[in-house]
Amino acid sequence: MSNGVTTQRIIINTTINGEPREFLADERDSLLEALRERIGLTGVKEGCNNGNCGACSVILDGRLVNSCVVMAAEVEGSEITTVEGLAQAEKLHPLQQAFLEDAALQCGICTPGFLVSAKALLDHNPHPTEDEARFWLAGNLCRCTGYDKIIRAVLHAADEMNGNAG
Amino acid sequence: MTTTEKPETAAAAGAPEYKVIGTRPVRPDGVDKVTGRAIYGADVRLPGMLYGRVKRSPHAHAIIKRLDVSKALALPGVQAVLTHEDFPEPAEPIMQTIRGPQPTAWDTERQMARRKVLFKGHPVAAVCASDVHTAEDALDLIEVEYEVLPAVVSLDTALLPGAPILHDDGKADAVEGLFELVDGKPSNIARRLDLTVGDIEVGFAEADVILEREYETSMAHQGYIEPHNGTAIWNNDGKLTIWTSTQGAFGIRQNVARTLNIPLGDLRVVPAEIGGGFGAKNVVYLEPLAALLSKKTGRPVQITMNRTEVLEATGPTSGTRSWVRMGAKRDGTIVAADIRLEYEAGAYPGSPMPGGARCALGPYAVPHQRIVGFDVVVNKPKVAAYRAPGAPASEFAVESLLDELAERLEMDPMDLRLKNCATAGTPRSDGATHGSIGAREVMEAVASHPHYRSEMGGRDVGRGVAMGFWQNGGGESSAYANVHQDGRVTLVTGSVDIGGQRAALAMQFAETMGIPYEDVNSLVGDTDTIGFTGNTGGSRTTFATGWAVYQAALDVRAQMEQRVAQMWEVDPSEVTYDPKDATLRGPEGKEITFKAAARRLPGTGGMIQGQADIVATNVGKVGACYGAHIADVEVDRETGKVTILRYTAVQDVGRAIHPAYVEGQIQGGAVQGIGMALNEEYVYNDDGTMVNSSFLDYRMPVANDVPMIETVMVEVPNPGHPFGVRGVGEVPIVPPLGAIANAIFDAVGVRVTRLPASPRVILEELEAAGGT
Repeated sequence: MSNGVTTQRIIINTTINGEPREFLADERDSLLEALRERIGLTGVKEGCNNGNCGACSVILDGRLVNSCVVMAAEVEGSEITTVEGLAQAEKLHPLQQAFLEDAALQCGICTPGFLVSAKALLDHNPHPTEDEARFWLAGNLCRCTGYDKIIRAVLHAADEMNGNAG
Repeated sequence: MTTTEKPETAAAAGAPEYKVIGTRPVRPDGVDKVTGRAIYGADVRLPGMLYGRVKRSPHAHAIIKRLDVSKALALPGVQAVLTHEDFPEPAEPIMQTIRGPQPTAWDTERQMARRKVLFKGHPVAAVCASDVHTAEDALDLIEVEYEVLPAVVSLDTALLPGAPILHDDGKADAVEGLFELVDGKPSNIARRLDLTVGDIEVGFAEADVILEREYETSMAHQGYIEPHNGTAIWNNDGKLTIWTSTQGAFGIRQNVARTLNIPLGDLRVVPAEIGGGFGAKNVVYLEPLAALLSKKTGRPVQITMNRTEVLEATGPTSGTRSWVRMGAKRDGTIVAADIRLEYEAGAYPGSPMPGGARCALGPYAVPHQRIVGFDVVVNKPKVAAYRAPGAPASEFAVESLLDELAERLEMDPMDLRLKNCATAGTPRSDGATHGSIGAREVMEAVASHPHYRSEMGGRDVGRGVAMGFWQNGGGESSAYANVHQDGRVTLVTGSVDIGGQRAALAMQFAETMGIPYEDVNSLVGDTDTIGFTGNTGGSRTTFATGWAVYQAALDVRAQMEQRVAQMWEVDPSEVTYDPKDATLRGPEGKEITFKAAARRLPGTGGMIQGQADIVATNVGKVGACYGAHIADVEVDRETGKVTILRYTAVQDVGRAIHPAYVEGQIQGGAVQGIGMALNEEYVYNDDGTMVNSSFLDYRMPVANDVPMIETVMVEVPNPGHPFGVRGVGEVPIVPPLGAIANAIFDAVGVRVTRLPASPRVILEELEAAGGT
């Protein structure tokens, strides 16, 4: 029984979506809780809170992580990319554009996680095969689409980004 | 690969040419959803909002002896604690549910246990605090003393003589016939359903071959990625506002108002964006708790569930047992079917057994039928609707037996099905007769599909097919359309958008008006801003709310004709709105476009608003929906793993308004069905404890478990809808169970009669068959 443990507040300095952010967190906050509750980035979704669904995927210092199983206290000095950081001003990221055009979302709750995971995939492997995309994205659950249109959209975006559209 | 087929029957009927319907525009909520800006229920943020958490029973069946919340209440940061004592007594002792009358108190007690807990995860208290960690700490300080009772965790134990009885407190006595009586006392068997067509004795007497088998399916969860949530502010003027992720704001309003005993008019329910529901987000869990905590604190309160709570304490679909006996003549004519269905309801009556019973034989003409269904209460969470509720289990049984019948009769499985295909006029199990249906067109599309006709190569690979049947819902829908001066229109409906409805409704409106899709802003209203609309469920929205937006567009057209007649000083009967080019035409060659006329509305009496409130069931014929799937699998005899090699889903979609979204429904439903067939199950200990309540252990399909899902959309328009729409969302979950079980037989020669066909089950079946 925790019996009302008093916990410390900690100040964390990070760069989130290219912008320096200093915020106050509870030492028990996960990165997911900190992003949603302390900073207001509610595009990062909670689906399971134990690292199994990928809805809270973010890129942390170049690595794809489930933010629900990272403590906020661990990200001091880190660079973080969330779904809110994908679009540039008026221009959507090619992955975002492909998800829209290819009907790769239905309810949309898993979409932020898939987009961030897919961005990490394309950062790491700009020419994935269907199999490679399926294995990379196996940590992201979608219950609406059966994955078909998501995989097609990711491969489509890769083509666009490689300059051979169609 | 995707194909659309327009059967000759439809072409002969003169299929109209559409400009908007059949195209694939981007949905209005799309950009918000790919940028993370869309506000789902858990994203609602209100000033001073408190965070709530629910204390739940660790036992499946127990009496609450003592409940002490004082230590929790004393924890700094805790603002309020809620127990059953905070809930009002129901105003009416009996409530109407879709499964008949039940004691109203049951619904309150489902949300917050009173004397007894009936499933693990049953709420016993709730707290709210200034932050979520404090709320969670407070849960640990709530003291509950239980007297643990034996748990009823399977159909077998529930039906045993002397089984512990879940509802033994006399409440059920208020509703006659709610439980079958055994020795004059209520049993765990809730309502029994009997459906009869013809006389099975006569039918079986004509049969040359008779087969009978028993089948089982496991309890399975809808698995939407967004956990349930509820946010409430009970204002000092007595008005309560709730934001929640729901499939139907009006259904939630009804339920919450009944639970809290407040007037409907004091409660506004605002549907947030919803992260999947598949039937289960028609049910109230957290909203009344958040409301009562808000009342106690005078502050907004938000409660969210975690994944374990979702799996253990919301409504999955039933575990089932189906016994099927069918008789056929040597030429393949099915003459009789005798079916017995037993479905787990969970802690309170109301399993989807009736859906299973009505759909079991839906694709076929069977002259003599008897279907008996039982609804059985067990110490598991009360089940909720899940995509084609009840149909996957019963149709799995029938499709498996048909496959075996085809093998016995040495017939091609599709030839057997085509020989017995239901058509317009065929009697249905529920006593009605089929209207215009596309069962034959679907079967023919399968039989002629390159996938079905291709050769399979390799060891331990096999192919299976199965049909699926479901009927879409009708019911009430509302829409209004505000015409703006620039000729654009804001379209508001009451249907929560769970997978692209805003687009599909805007498209039907634009088509009726003859204006571009981009000129329609499509929004979802709340319970105070739009007329009553049924839930987004039962594959009804594109059909029924589509009808409402069609009527609202006709209303706009009629009002525009009047205004233009006024402008031209002619009789309104002399002006006609032509949707081909969105132009109003009158005498002497007068014409004006809709856009130009809209600009002149302020000078002719002000802007206009078209509206419609309809009951779709009364204006059109609810469409029946058929699908058939072809599955190729490979079975690994060493590990028992079944791999899907190729998968094709064929479906009569009536008319695909937005074909990409229709394909998405088919693909998503198919993969949920694949999950039911291969992996997904609730695993319980004997004490009623679920042992796999996480997404790691409750194993839903992931991206590398499945191939691309090929879709074939057959279009046999529903004559009861202006655009021929049939509901498409539900039927695709039905065929995978049978198709995969039949493919496994084709691959390794064992009949899997209990699903999921997990590696363990496959290995056991192979061993039993001596085939390892």
